[in-house]
Amino acid sequence: MAYFLQQLINGIALGSIYGLIAIGYTMVYGIIGMINFAHGDIFMVGAFIALIAFLLLMSLGLTLVPLALVLVLIIAMALTAVWGWTVERIAYRPLRESFRLAPLITAIGMSIVLQNFIQVSQGARVKPLQPVITGGYELFQQGGFEVILSNIQILIVVTTLVLMAAFWLIIARTPLGRAQRACEQDRLMASLSGVNVDRTISLTFVLGAALAAVAGLLYLLYYGVIDFYIGFVAGIKAFTAAVFGGIGSLPGAMLGGLVIGLIETFWSAYFTIEYKDVAAFSMLAIVLIFFPTGLLGRPEVEKV
Amino acid sequence: MTPLAEPGKSFGQRLQSAVADALIGGVIAFLLFCLLLGERTVDNVTGLTLMPRPMLLAVAVGIVVVGRLLLSLFVWHAEYPLTTPFAKLFTRELFDRRDLIVLGSVAGAAALTLIVASIVGAPAYVLIAALVLGFLFIGAMRRGIVYFFPDLPYARMFTIGGILFVILFPLCSYLIDKAFHLGLPLRYWFDLSILVLTYVMLGWGLNIVVGLAGLLDLGYVAFYAVGAYVFALLAMHFGFGFWMCLPIAGAAAALWGIVLGFPVLRLRGDYLAIVTLAFGEIVRIILLNWTNVTNGPNGISDIPKPTFFGLPFAAAGPVTFASFFGLKYDPLQGIIFLYYVILGLALITNLVTLRLRRLPIGRAWEAMREDEIASRSLGINTTITKLTAFATGALFGGLAGSFFATRQGFISPESFTFIESAIILAIVVLGGMGSQLGVAIAAIVMVGGFEALRHTAWLQDVFGQEFDPALYRMLLFGIAMVAIMVWRPRGIVGSRSPTIVLKKAHAISSDLVKEGHA
Repeated sequence: MAYFLQQLINGIALGSIYGLIAIGYTMVYGIIGMINFAHGDIFMVGAFIALIAFLLLMSLGLTLVPLALVLVLIIAMALTAVWGWTVERIAYRPLRESFRLAPLITAIGMSIVLQNFIQVSQGARVKPLQPVITGGYELFQQGGFEVILSNIQILIVVTTLVLMAAFWLIIARTPLGRAQRACEQDRLMASLSGVNVDRTISLTFVLGAALAAVAGLLYLLYYGVIDFYIGFVAGIKAFTAAVFGGIGSLPGAMLGGLVIGLIETFWSAYFTIEYKDVAAFSMLAIVLIFFPTGLLGRPEVEKV
Repeated sequence: MTPLAEPGKSFGQRLQSAVADALIGGVIAFLLFCLLLGERTVDNVTGLTLMPRPMLLAVAVGIVVVGRLLLSLFVWHAEYPLTTPFAKLFTRELFDRRDLIVLGSVAGAAALTLIVASIVGAPAYVLIAALVLGFLFIGAMRRGIVYFFPDLPYARMFTIGGILFVILFPLCSYLIDKAFHLGLPLRYWFDLSILVLTYVMLGWGLNIVVGLAGLLDLGYVAFYAVGAYVFALLAMHFGFGFWMCLPIAGAAAALWGIVLGFPVLRLRGDYLAIVTLAFGEIVRIILLNWTNVTNGPNGISDIPKPTFFGLPFAAAGPVTFASFFGLKYDPLQGIIFLYYVILGLALITNLVTLRLRRLPIGRAWEAMREDEIASRSLGINTTITKLTAFATGALFGGLAGSFFATRQGFISPESFTFIESAIILAIVVLGGMGSQLGVAIAAIVMVGGFEALRHTAWLQDVFGQEFDPALYRMLLFGIAMVAIMVWRPRGIVGSRSPTIVLKKAHAISSDLVKEGHA
């Protein structure tokens, strides 16, 4: 029971990170109907920006960790958002009216570019960071096994909840969110009613990249080690989460992220750690085959 | 940033907007690169530290600003974009005086650079100038030939010439090299050609699934892996040879194509892509972790080479290829044989594809690609159609996989990562889906070009000794992938011949063909 509870906590923390990345996929898929394959790598770039910003602030003599983390969060969100904007501008916007495969190919190309850019500019070796946030609460003890809720896990879950609430407000209440929902339904009609479609799509990428940067920072703090390749697997799993929850739905992305995180953690804990990715990927296939619209998605009606 | 000229604006106005645009570009480039290029994380005993690199950052931002300024002044917003004359070299439009001045001055500058650089001894500049001159020369030759013989069947000539070249290339170069003792780096050329041909074959195989049937498959490498591992395991446990295993490996891969095809029958478009990607990764992870069968990350070694009707290519042995024909043993003989094996396999793939396109099943594939619901309502069994497309594509992937295993002599799961699938798909799409010639050209450019980059020392003359071209290979590969796609979304060969014709085949613009949406 204690072991189970511990795994549950770990799974929720991991799932929150997947959920944050998944929101970027789900928003982009909802609005322009493409898999932003480079989104996982945007997450990786965000983690690297956060790492460098943190080291820079430390070397500038800022030793107050909470303040440094807030600054790092802001810097990483802003700069990664610029990356998200640039990727959309260079690789996707020129192909907006092209056939469906074209943006997918440029997205894969962009993913290769980002990975190798980081590899070339920052080196291929893993980048370890000393634990920044330590400590935690011992919830209870059972048969010599302690269930620990660490501070970083609390931080991850709280940050995720706050950002989710903020995003839900943006989508539901602001003019930007209204424009996004309009573009999602009918891009041509939205532009006829005065919505600037290009700007709305750009902002979607910006928001998605900012969330990915938060996920990157949390990943960096949680695992303490990043390399240029983390984006690929995390990206696929986050996409799995987005599909699982129903693509286009924000709560769905979060729910899907939690489910994928839990599956992965429990599989590693009770079966074999080598096959945890197989479990997540098989889950993707099973979900798509039996619930093609995901848990909270709307069914897609094809008109002839 | 519209590509159209804006004749209404004066040069001053255009300069003003171009400068503003370049400065904005510079600010964005600064934001992008300020931390990632401006600082480098370095491992120290005390942990990670930062090493500032302000010069590199300044150069990167400078390149963006200057490049954008020049591009928007002379290409994007110019009344007369400077790229026009170069583009005209490859069309049939008439040149006017401006075009000739531009082309002439570029040729003159390149020739001058060539002469000065070869006197001073700067090999990098010689090479760049020679490339520019070569480009202009090819363009001029093309214009000349088209001007004098406007109605020759160029596409057919190109295809036949290409096939003759690839058939004759190894034998001729080998014989010439031996006859004149030239000492050419033949081994390297042959290895590179074999690699390119492997990707041509994979591209043609995937083209059946993606280009003809319109099923977006991002896990094609799984079939490649199945073919390679089936052959390697049969050879290891039962001592089977290459020719015996080739059909078995193909059949096994085709079977896997059907097995993996079944669950995804209902999926379409991007969902299909992501599930096939997941399958590809699952196969790789299983190969990696099922240690007592696949030997895990250590891979399988000592995979036998193919024999020539039972005659091995070996230095010593009872009856070898060399001793049977009374030749002197040369390791190149085995490599040339491998070249012909993969050439034969690739041509078979092409032939089968071309024939299948004329059969009912090929037409059903194309009909399904264009509109699945319509084809289903016309009585096409989409289940069978999809499964045959997956199986046929997988079959050729498996054959290529077992060739890969025999050529390398060693396989491990590392050779079958997602990036391989991405490269093969990029070859198919960049070549212009459905166009066999385009796929071959794309394979030569993307694989051959970037593999050659790995071995070129001249780049070090340009960028300094610590520059490692191999490191930048994949970066450039990705940039090329994005650039070609943005430049020509329909691929290098953007038209195709129709499957059935009444009297005369007209090329169809591929804008009229729907793809990737089955």
